[in-house]
Amino acid sequence: MPSGSEFIRQIKDQVQEIDPAEVHELTHEGVAIVDVRETEETESGLLPGAKHVPRGYLESRIEGVVPDRSTPVVIYCASGTRSALAAHTLTELGYEDVRSMTGGITLWKDRGYKVDVPRKFTPEQRERYSRHFLLPEIGVEGQQKLLDAKVLLLGAGGLGSPTALYLAAAGVGQIGIVDDDTVDLSNLQRQVIHTTGRVGVPKVDSAEISMKEINPDVNVVKYETRLDASNIMEIIEGYDVIVDGVDNFPTRYLLNDATVRLQIPVVSASILGFDGQLSVFQPYEGPCYRCLYPVPPPAELAPSCGANGVLGVLPGTMGLLQATEVIKLVVGVGEPLIGRLLLYEALGATFTELKVRRDPECPVCSRPPEDISDDEMGVFPDYEAFCAAAG
Amino acid sequence: MATVRIPPVLRSSTNGAREVDAAGDDVGAVLRAVTDQHPATETQLFADGGDLNRYVNVYLNDEDVRVLDGLETPVGTGDVLVILPAMAGGAG
Repeated sequence: MPSGSEFIRQIKDQVQEIDPAEVHELTHEGVAIVDVRETEETESGLLPGAKHVPRGYLESRIEGVVPDRSTPVVIYCASGTRSALAAHTLTELGYEDVRSMTGGITLWKDRGYKVDVPRKFTPEQRERYSRHFLLPEIGVEGQQKLLDAKVLLLGAGGLGSPTALYLAAAGVGQIGIVDDDTVDLSNLQRQVIHTTGRVGVPKVDSAEISMKEINPDVNVVKYETRLDASNIMEIIEGYDVIVDGVDNFPTRYLLNDATVRLQIPVVSASILGFDGQLSVFQPYEGPCYRCLYPVPPPAELAPSCGANGVLGVLPGTMGLLQATEVIKLVVGVGEPLIGRLLLYEALGATFTELKVRRDPECPVCSRPPEDISDDEMGVFPDYEAFCAAAG
Repeated sequence: MATVRIPPVLRSSTNGAREVDAAGDDVGAVLRAVTDQHPATETQLFADGGDLNRYVNVYLNDEDVRVLDGLETPVGTGDVLVILPAMAGGAG
């Protein structure tokens, strides 16, 4: 029987090896790079683009990471020994082009090549986000994106309540909330982020308490103000996604124009009675709000201007569909609701999907963002008279 | 006969009906059949010249009739017309 070191030498003789300098040239060329070290060892960094599969799980997990056996694979570990053994295993599994990187990540670093240092999850975070880690579509990378994301919620009301709670729970790193209102007893039929004991408290403060109780990781940024032409650019700049649940047309048009100019995607929903609408406006990829609704309805047909009835659970349904779209946009999975309008009618329990197309003559998004001036933002016919006419 | 979905803001003009069945060979005829049944909807759907109001979107099944042939778009039996005015409610 060979000794352990003799066995390793024999295996190394059988596998193909590759020098870090060569791997450095390969990293952008459709080669699968697999790190087979233990999880703790990866905390100080991985090769750019590398996937981590601990050697102990190699046989059971490699197909999830490299499904096509003809894909060239480069394996590395700390120094080149475990990767040689792993390369031997993959060859036996039928992978056609497998190489082990000599010297491992130690030599890679000695040569001065870059490593990607993953966010260090605390044991508490590993537990908290474990159900996301188990989803291949989210995983560690997706959770990192969520923790690095900045999402702005316009309103901590009916739609904003469930959205804020679930985005906080999902670990979105920074959640901004714009709302100048205080909690009223009549809000509590639907605005589940607030509580009876916090009636009279500013909504931004009440929302922050609930979000922090669910997830202290979240940085809540409060804007106790109304969004208007004078503050919109300052507030929204730097956010990755904006969640629109505002209750009036002038602000929706203003938001649209500003987000097209800054090229920030908006997840938009509106509700009335038993009906909801939802769409994602991704500037220049799909239509904008003005492409869908070039002019607002006359005030008597615009129920936004006064108090209207709404089924309490409806903003819950629509707000969570918004939260889902936000997570998809942040993580980069699935097909976001761009160029599509989803209608939900609760009494009939029906969902209807309509196509929304970019308007080649759209006064805003048919032009380059830098051409949209301050003076034009939020302008539409009868802007001044709009809600005044509704009394 | 086509089915026409009535949005919440127009339901006060259709006695609360969420859907109305209406006959017609094209979109204009079907919508006229709706306004005949429910006259209060007329000024909400149509402008003075007989065109659709610009703030009202009408979809034949899932497509905006403005990218089809507008009010002249042919309508078949079993088609669904969706009338869609903008909503802004956030239930603040």
